[in-house]
Amino acid sequence: MDLANFGYLGVLLFIVLGTVWLEPIIGAQVLRKPKRLALSLLPVVFFLVSWDLYAISQGHWWFNQSFVTGVELPGKIPIEEILFFIITPTAMIYSFEAVRAVKQWRVGDEG
Amino acid sequence: MTYTQIALAAAIGAVILDLFILRTRVLKLGVWWVSYAIVIGFQFITNGTLTGFAIVQYSPDAVIGKKLYEQTPPFIGDGRLFFAPVEDVFFGFAMCLSAVVFWVYFGSKGIQRVPVSNTSVGMRERFKFLK
Repeated sequence: MDLANFGYLGVLLFIVLGTVWLEPIIGAQVLRKPKRLALSLLPVVFFLVSWDLYAISQGHWWFNQSFVTGVELPGKIPIEEILFFIITPTAMIYSFEAVRAVKQWRVGDEG
Repeated sequence: MTYTQIALAAAIGAVILDLFILRTRVLKLGVWWVSYAIVIGFQFITNGTLTGFAIVQYSPDAVIGKKLYEQTPPFIGDGRLFFAPVEDVFFGFAMCLSAVVFWVYFGSKGIQRVPVSNTSVGMRERFKFLK
């Protein structure tokens, strides 16, 4: 193992650090709604993992072994991909809730 | 199916999910377009890193780009936009939109609807100089 093996994980860490501060500082309410977040991510993650498994099996894309940890799940899917599919949609929801918090614009789920 | 075909289908599917299936109409919200503009900017940076260092590599059979790049691909050209396959724009759009659509859908169904995100008065005061 080399430091480069954490390259993909480093990109994911950048996304996490770039978003979680929006909760305490800007008032984006995301992690404080864990059930809603889990329900929203479930169908998205299911679809993305299925797509990834298909794409990997068909050879659409693959991963440079120098930049991943090598930890894989069944179907040769790197653990980094699973984390990516959880972290990036969450980051999008953070952005959405942060803009809403600052602008106080209506979204339609206020009831 | 190729990556190009699946990415386009996923993007169209996300639009149909929003406008016709769950009827959340996220695409009609200013919040969506502003927050997505921010995210796509960061997507170009993070995805540009993943593809520019060839951490992820793509088969020329699956994308519109004609060459295989085992090292840095073009910044722009041969089906690449900021190192990443242009297909990633559709992939990202589908992923981002569907996540927000489900988020708004479950919120509108009353699942952890409140408290609505709102920047505190104290924080607004602190950043008043930005206005």
